[in-house]
Amino acid sequence: MRLREIAHSRTGDKGDISNISVIAYDLKDYALIAKHVTAERVREHYSQIAKGEVTRYELPQLGALNFVLRGALGGGVTRSLALDTHGKCLGSAILDMEIL
Amino acid sequence: MKTIHLGAGAGYSGDRIEPAVELAEKGDIQYLVFECLAERTIALAQAAKLKDPALGYDPLLAARMKAVLAPCRARGIRIITNMGAANPVAAAEKTMEIARAMGLKGLKIAAVTGDDVFEHVRKGDFAIDESVEPVSSLGERIVSANAYLGAKPIVEALEGGAEVVITGRVSDPALFLAPQIHELGWAMDDWTRLGRGIAVGHLLECAAQVTGGYFADPGYKDVPDIARVGFPIAAVAEDGSAVITKVPGSGGMVTRATCTEQLLYEIHDPTRYYQPDVVADFSKVTLTEDGRDRVRVAGAAGTPKTGTLKVTVGYLDSYLGEGQISYAGPGALARGRLALEILEERLESTGIRCREVRGELIGVDAILGPKLSSRDGQPNEVRVRLAARTDNLEDAIRVGNEVEALYLNGPAGGGGARSWAREIMGVVSVLIPEQLAQPAVHRMES
Repeated sequence: MRLREIAHSRTGDKGDISNISVIAYDLKDYALIAKHVTAERVREHYSQIAKGEVTRYELPQLGALNFVLRGALGGGVTRSLALDTHGKCLGSAILDMEIL
Repeated sequence: MKTIHLGAGAGYSGDRIEPAVELAEKGDIQYLVFECLAERTIALAQAAKLKDPALGYDPLLAARMKAVLAPCRARGIRIITNMGAANPVAAAEKTMEIARAMGLKGLKIAAVTGDDVFEHVRKGDFAIDESVEPVSSLGERIVSANAYLGAKPIVEALEGGAEVVITGRVSDPALFLAPQIHELGWAMDDWTRLGRGIAVGHLLECAAQVTGGYFADPGYKDVPDIARVGFPIAAVAEDGSAVITKVPGSGGMVTRATCTEQLLYEIHDPTRYYQPDVVADFSKVTLTEDGRDRVRVAGAAGTPKTGTLKVTVGYLDSYLGEGQISYAGPGALARGRLALEILEERLESTGIRCREVRGELIGVDAILGPKLSSRDGQPNEVRVRLAARTDNLEDAIRVGNEVEALYLNGPAGGGGARSWAREIMGVVSVLIPEQLAQPAVHRMES
C-alpha cells in the first residue's frame, strides 16, 4: 500500500531547510505510519535532493509526523537555481512511499 | 467570557483582494490582518526606497486600502499589516492620503518603525546562522538588515486608538498576537497564553492555506467551490483557546486536516517555535471539528522568550542566467537530453564562468530529480531548462543565449525558446540582542 492511501502532506520552507508533514487521515493509522516512515527512510527517499540530515518530530494527538530536511533547497529559497525554489512540490513525493 | 474575532486578509504580497473585501463586508471580525512580507521582499523594498525615499512599501498597499478602508471603517474593523516593508511611515502617509480622498475623516493611522538594524548588524559582526562565517564576510554586498519585531509596538499603537497599524518587518504571527494581547489583556510574560496566541497567528498568517487552499488533491482531498476560497477567521477566548472558521457561504473548507497541515507548515521542532515574544510549543495542540467549517484549537503552550531577535540580512548574492526550449513528438526525450549535452559542452568551450549549473527537462525530472521521477512511459513533449549562477550579468545573459542558439544549432525541432537573466538578492539570518532594536510608533490622522 502506498502512503498516499492513508496520509496527506504539506511542505514548508525556511532558508535551505524544507519541512514535510505526514498526517494520517484517520488517527488509528498513526502507529502504522510512525513505524514505517522513519527519518532514515525519508533521508534515503530524498537523497538526491536533500544533502543534510533529516530529523523526525512526532505529534501523535494530531496523527502527524514532521520531517525536517536540511540542505534541501539548493542553498536557500532566495538563491536556488531550482524551478521550484521553495521545494513546495517535495511533500507530494513522500506519499509515493510504500507502506507494509 | 470575552472573545475576539480576527480575520486574515492576505497570506502573501500578491494575494487576492476580493476575499479580504468579503471579510470586511460580511465577516464577523474586529481585526483584519494582512501579512504581505516574504523573507526577501524587504531587501528589494529597501533598494526601491534608496531610489525614491517615498517608496519602499508594498506595491499593492494602495489597491488593498482602497478596497477595504470604507467597509472596515463602517463596521469598526481595525487593520494591521506589515505592508510598510522598508518604509512604514511612507505607507501610513499614503494610506492617509487614500482615506482623505475617500472622504474618511479622522481615521487614526499608526506606523511602527525600528526593525531596520542595518547599522548595528554592520558594526556588530554577528555569526550567520546558515554558515560559520561572520556577517562581515558579506562586506559591501549587504543591502538590508531587518529584525523581526514582536507584538509590543503594535499593542502600543492599538492602545493609542489606531484604526490602521502599518509595520515593516514583524514576526508574522505577532501581527495576530498583538490584537489578542490588547483585547484580552494578556501579560507579556504569560508564556502559555502568548504561545496560544502564536498558534492562532500561525494558523491564520497564510490566509487560505487553512481554509482549503494549497490542499486539494482530486479523489483524495476534494475542496468545495475552491475558486472562491474564503479567508479565515479566528474566534479567540480569554484563555487563548480558539475556533478557526471562515465567512459563511464562501468557498473552501475548514477541517481538522486543513488545520493540521497549516499548523505544521514551516515548523521545525514543534516544541520550540522561536518568536520574538515567546517560544511557542505546538507539540500538544489538539484540533477538534466543532460543526461545519469550525475547528477548535487548544493545548498550545509557551516558554520564556530568548531575548534575541532574528534578523534577515539581504545581500547581493550572484546573478542567474536561464533559458528554456521545448521538443515534441517521437524522440522528444532523446532530443531534450542531447540539447542538455550540447549546452554542457558549450558552457565549457565558450568559457562562461558559472559557479553552479543546473540542467533538466521540465515534465521529466526538473522538480524531483532523476530518482524520484523514474516512472514508465515516454513523454511526448519535454522542455529543456538550463539555469546557472554567475558573478556578473554579462555571463548570466550568455547562459540564456546559449539555450536560444539551440534553435539553429541544436537538435531537430526545438521551439518556444525563452531566456532571461537577473540579479539574485540572497538572504541570511543572524541573531541580535533584542535591545538593539528600538521600536517606535508614529501616529497620524486623516
